[in-house]
Amino acid sequence: MNKILEKEYFSDKVVKLVVENPLIAKSRKPGNFVMLRIGEDGERFPLTIAGSDPVNGTITLVVQIMGVSSSKLVALEVGESITDLVGPLGKPTHIEKIGTILAAGGGVGVAPLLPIVEAFKKAGNRVVTVIAARNKDLIILEDEIRKWSDELIVMTDDGSYGRQGLITVGLEEIIQREKIDECIVIGPAIMMKFASILTKKYNIPTQASLNSIMVDGTGMCGACRVTVGGKTRFTCVDGPEFDAHQVDFDEMLMRLGGYTQEEKKATEIYSQNL
Amino acid sequence: MSLNPEYLKEERSQEWRAELRSKTKNKDRTLIPRVKMPELAPEIRVKYQDREVNMGLEPGQAQKEATRCMDCANPTCIEGCPVNINIPKFIKYIESGEILKAAATLKETNALPAVCGRVCPQEKQCEAKCFYVDKLDKQAVAIGHLERFAADFERNSGVSNVPETAAPNGIKVATVGSGPASLSFAGDMVKYGYDVTVFEALHEIGGVLKYGIPEFRLPNSVVDFELENLRKMGVKFETNFIVGRTASFDDLKEEGYKGFFVASGAGLPRFMEIPGENYNGILSSNEYLTRVNLMGASTSNTDTPVLRGKNVAVIGGGNTAMDSVRTALRLGAERAIIVYRRSEAEMPARIEEVHHAKEEGVEFMTLCNPLEYFANEKGRVNRMSLNRMGLGEPDASGRRRPMPIDGSEFELEVDLVVVAVGVSPNPLVPSCLPDLKVTKWGTIVVDEDKMQSSIPDMFAGGDIVRGGATVILAMGDGRKAAENMDKYLHNID
Ligand SMILES: Cc1cc2nc3c(=O)[nH]c(=O)nc-3n(C[C@H](O)[C@H](O)[C@H](O)COP(=O)(O)OP(=O)(O)OC[C@H]3O[C@@H](n4cnc5c(N)ncnc54)[C@H](O)[C@@H]3O)c2cc1C
Ligand SMILES: Cc1cc2nc3c(=O)[nH]c(=O)nc-3n(C[C@H](O)[C@H](O)[C@H](O)COP(=O)(O)OP(=O)(O)OC[C@H]3O[C@@H](n4cnc5c(N)ncnc54)[C@H](O)[C@@H]3O)c2cc1C
Ligand code: SF4
Ligand code: SF4
Ligand code: FES
Repeated sequence: MNKILEKEYFSDKVVKLVVENPLIAKSRKPGNFVMLRIGEDGERFPLTIAGSDPVNGTITLVVQIMGVSSSKLVALEVGESITDLVGPLGKPTHIEKIGTILAAGGGVGVAPLLPIVEAFKKAGNRVVTVIAARNKDLIILEDEIRKWSDELIVMTDDGSYGRQGLITVGLEEIIQREKIDECIVIGPAIMMKFASILTKKYNIPTQASLNSIMVDGTGMCGACRVTVGGKTRFTCVDGPEFDAHQVDFDEMLMRLGGYTQEEKKATEIYSQNL
Repeated sequence: MSLNPEYLKEERSQEWRAELRSKTKNKDRTLIPRVKMPELAPEIRVKYQDREVNMGLEPGQAQKEATRCMDCANPTCIEGCPVNINIPKFIKYIESGEILKAAATLKETNALPAVCGRVCPQEKQCEAKCFYVDKLDKQAVAIGHLERFAADFERNSGVSNVPETAAPNGIKVATVGSGPASLSFAGDMVKYGYDVTVFEALHEIGGVLKYGIPEFRLPNSVVDFELENLRKMGVKFETNFIVGRTASFDDLKEEGYKGFFVASGAGLPRFMEIPGENYNGILSSNEYLTRVNLMGASTSNTDTPVLRGKNVAVIGGGNTAMDSVRTALRLGAERAIIVYRRSEAEMPARIEEVHHAKEEGVEFMTLCNPLEYFANEKGRVNRMSLNRMGLGEPDASGRRRPMPIDGSEFELEVDLVVVAVGVSPNPLVPSCLPDLKVTKWGTIVVDEDKMQSSIPDMFAGGDIVRGGATVILAMGDGRKAAENMDKYLHNID
């Protein structure tokens, strides 16, 4: 169980893993995530299921190296196993034929976006996608996303690839060009915040997939709580997707920083011991 | 059942017990003062998250305490125990020095005596019904301490007696969750000969016993020993498996499971929904205790972080609140404060826990209720405002209703707040079974005599049915469900 069968570096920091887990491969739906733990002293952390192969019993994860846990995961070689892997968690994305979907993915958020883009396309929608990252090295899954999009725009902050500019520039261009029925955004909280402000201006219903800090991922701890429409919700069981226009992104950004000092220290110790 | 008066009488009339009774006059028994549990000194124990506060009775102490028990003709204590342990019998075995037999007596009806001896609210259960309290107005026989003594003695003796199991009948049954309700269900079903698999969502078996109750009250090694016994009896354990998610009930039925026992607990933390509650540094007791107990966040070699505070407020007055506030002290808090809206008399926590917390230096702000939290520029809580409360008329729970006193607002400096104001039933299982009947609080509806739900092959017990109870009540449910599922599965075949 949980054996790593394939490992591919998209860049220095972004790695794709194909992991054996037949039960999750069978039961997962687009939008679901898993919780992982690496080693007996490891922490529990979430990753979106970027794809699955129910026939071969595998799921695909795409992870960006951030701190200790993501580094420990990426340090595992093909043939080694993930200590604990549980899922599928979270509510699946609501997929139906709506019309034209505008999909926006920032950084490693493109990985969770992929199965959603694929599902919307298969449901008969027109899908226009914008993906963006700080620079060329951080653009991932471009070909896979293109396969399921009617149109794809790639953007980088520094102009090293595709078009230069923030993701909102690309989004606004499309919104002004054609009628969008629904928008979905996944990426860093700050990107989701500004994408959401933009689509609100144009009154386009928008879903955002939130990446709050989690411990159990099953609704038991409340670490992942966010304010949506003035009410406290748990990202792991009530989400991870919410009506972006109702999400208090400023609070979410504040909560994401809740353990910054502890994480920094842990990363320092981890790299010293390497 | 051991509550059967004929059976109890017959056991009581055995020669060895009659002899013990005649050896010491009841009058003399009543003159012995109740034993005091040896404890680690408060100033030492507050430095260690993982050192048990109660150190256990010495054999001499246990025997003397056992002598206090008068082996009553009408042992009312048994009625106070939700699993009806034959209390005088096990205590008399301790008095006669046959501790392993005492332990075996416990195991007749209780799968986890070492756990219950430590965490049962004895003062409300067995000990409340002891003749000493009821009729003599004296301190009860220390039934809990003696239960722990016998169970620990057996564990440390190296002679673990694995209960006998019937020949396997090949019928597969599943339990959902691995807390005390599931474990006692699994123990009984495997004894009846079933092929039992326990499915647990987390990466560790034990439910609240592992993620909630801290090491200083219930060492994980004690729980693990009992789990090992269940394994030896043939119970299978699957961690990282969420029934309803990883696989559905229908998937499991297809794999041949014929009966289900849902004991998924009351794992959903409640918040007060007051302004500022989502600031950093304000967390549920479940999060706080899970980080420390399940993930080992208090030691330096684990990856899970935990926030530490100088001034820690814990909101609530139950066991969860006491566990959190004492954990905060052990993680270095200078002030650790219980904020509770009623008075100490209404606190639901075990009395021993309140007493230990006080010895350790926990401050109690009773009749106080939080109103709002404030934070620094980084969003970390630094202050809270509170109201003083008075007690009005009794409410539905029979406790006097706390009422805010006008103009009594005051502020408190805090840098960590743990909210321990209760939990709701885990919605996971009901949410994936539309046919399952639940109450408006989300607890599963069962026939109380059988623990059978509105879906015939599905039984339920523990906190998911009771909304939040005790370890021993959960275990009692597990036993009852096992007995009735066994009957049900035999009738349908
Ligand atoms: C539903 C969900 C889906 C996600 N999917 C992906 C994905 O597909 N690919 C991917 O690369 N990342 C994903 N993430 C983010 C990923 O969980 C974090 O990057 C990872 O936990 C970082 O851990 P670390 O120890 O390596 O870094 P750290 O140095 O510990 O933290 C870096 C940052 O990661 C976040 N983080 C830290 N711990 C946690 C935690 N326990 N839970 C959630 N966030 C945390 C915080 O914002 C933190 O500031 C997802 C998060 C959520 C909530
Ligand atoms: C901090 C704390 C201290 C306490 N102290 C005491 C005390 O001193 N004395 C006392 O008597 N009682 C105490 N209690 C209460 C007592 O622990 C509970 O009443 C008891 O544990 C309930 O047992 P249970 O078997 O119903 O469920 P739990 O122990 O809650 O276990 C339920 C398990 O089910 C799992 N689960 C949920 N859904 C699924 C699913 N779909 N698939 C698989 N697994 C699932 C959960 O992860 C969990 O591990 C305390 C509780 C807490 C939180
Ligand atoms: S199980 Fe609990 S209630 Fe029953 S005798 Fe033991 S301590 Fe008392
Ligand atoms: S009621 Fe008290 S004294 Fe009587 S048998 Fe029970 S424990 Fe012993
Ligand atoms: S991660 Fe614990 S409740 Fe969501």
